[in-house]
Amino acid sequence: MTASDSANGTEIDGAAAVTLRHVTKAFGDNLVLDELDMDVDPGERVVIIGPSGSGKTTILRVIMTLERIDSGSITIGDQPLYHMPDGTTPANEKRIREVRSHIGMVFQHFNLFPHMSALENITLAPMKVHGVGRDEAEDRGMALLRQVGLAQHANHTPGELSGGQKQRVAIARSLATRPAVMLFDEVTSALDPELVGEVLTVLKDIAEEGQTTMMLVTHEMGFAKEVANRVVMFDHGKILESGTPRKIMEDPDHDRTRAFLKAVLAH
Amino acid sequence: MSTADATVPTADRRSRWQQPTTWIAVAIALAVLIGLYQLGTREITFGTDVAPDAALKWDWAFVLSLVPDMLNGLSVTAFATVYGFIVAVVLGFFLALGRRSSVRWISWPVTAFIEFVRSTPLLIQLYFLFYGLSSATSFRLSSNQALIVGLGIHYATYCSEAYRAGINSVPRGQWEAATAMNLSPGTTWLRVIIPQAIPNALPALGNYLVAGFKDAPLGFAINVTGLMFFATTIRAREFRPIEPFLMIGVGFLLVSLPAAWLIRRLERRISYDRI
Repeated sequence: MTASDSANGTEIDGAAAVTLRHVTKAFGDNLVLDELDMDVDPGERVVIIGPSGSGKTTILRVIMTLERIDSGSITIGDQPLYHMPDGTTPANEKRIREVRSHIGMVFQHFNLFPHMSALENITLAPMKVHGVGRDEAEDRGMALLRQVGLAQHANHTPGELSGGQKQRVAIARSLATRPAVMLFDEVTSALDPELVGEVLTVLKDIAEEGQTTMMLVTHEMGFAKEVANRVVMFDHGKILESGTPRKIMEDPDHDRTRAFLKAVLAH
Repeated sequence: MSTADATVPTADRRSRWQQPTTWIAVAIALAVLIGLYQLGTREITFGTDVAPDAALKWDWAFVLSLVPDMLNGLSVTAFATVYGFIVAVVLGFFLALGRRSSVRWISWPVTAFIEFVRSTPLLIQLYFLFYGLSSATSFRLSSNQALIVGLGIHYATYCSEAYRAGINSVPRGQWEAATAMNLSPGTTWLRVIIPQAIPNALPALGNYLVAGFKDAPLGFAINVTGLMFFATTIRAREFRPIEPFLMIGVGFLLVSLPAAWLIRRLERRISYDRI
């Protein structure tokens, strides 16, 4: 069993995997996304950096529909996420669920279901959402657990796993529905330093396959350099600058970026 | 990879309903419910042939002669409590959902109902159900039925608050993970939220079961022939309050203590690691 069948992707059509147009989102008076435009190509791996409060996590959360946007539009493939196919009528719940099935997300604090085993966490969505039979879902779940190196922990509950193991199970869980777009929200920030490597290794494996579109919010600049096609620097709800990892890290256009990277790399 | 697979544990593919222990537990629970129903709905009168010691000393022979009647009374009280509590845990859950509803014309009436029932005495509610209902409508409840319905509704409002607290204690991240996995609202509730909310609510629910049992003697006021009816009948006839009232005190202990122990066991059994 190789990793290849784990993420061959739900089919999405369209030139871009994710398109954001004039996306605005405010929490009270606090404007976190300010008329944001952004395009992510299919198979592209974008690392999003920026100071805290710059809106980088909110981008992932509005794409995952965990927060609704105030105005603008988001398109997954050629399917509007918050609108009906005509692009203007607001989408109903059924429509949002349909488009949302192309997206997966991994959280900073794992959010595994504590009352289920690792394998049950992984098989739940394929069985309940995609109608896969129990035997096939479990075979696929075991393959995913092997891929993240945790097959021997299949029947353990999250409480019996370390932080790094939990996050690997959470990654396997979101891969189980084979989303075309994967969102990673500071997935190593809550981990002890010695556990960060095992999670990054799993992420690199997914990146090497090259089929899944990945958007990652992270402060792991070494990792970003290795896997990202593009690094996007965020500030005050807008893209400050965007470019190859080498360009952003070695020769940024903005002093804000330079100062931010210096602060991140200092520790 | 394939050599390591041999040591990999396989998932237990039997569901809970295919395991014999589940069926044994269900059978025991059903037997208890049917037994309680048979015992609790009998026509019961209290009387003993043993005349107590006229010197008002503690009389063991008198106590012993009262035991069968006390157990009869206990069966009625336990029957009303258990069935009333079943009403309470089921109805309470729907009240909790109703109160959480985002539709205002569901959540407001439900909230008003909960607050109203919680803030009025059970005794008055029992009078209303037993006397008020039958005089205003053609609908008539027996003493036992009125006590079961009264206890059920009264404690449903308390249980609904326990459920609400249990549901609110499920972290936000669990809801967000369910959204990210694109689970339907039904699956989210049944597989993710309720299995975590119920263990959180269980200690409070257990307390309400015991509290409801201790409130069940109020049924005396609407002629339920339970423990309280037994004690007052004996007191009135023999002018001996000490023995029967001490006996029903022991009777309550005999049920409350094992019940509390069972609830603690259940809590441990269905608890999970909170992460």
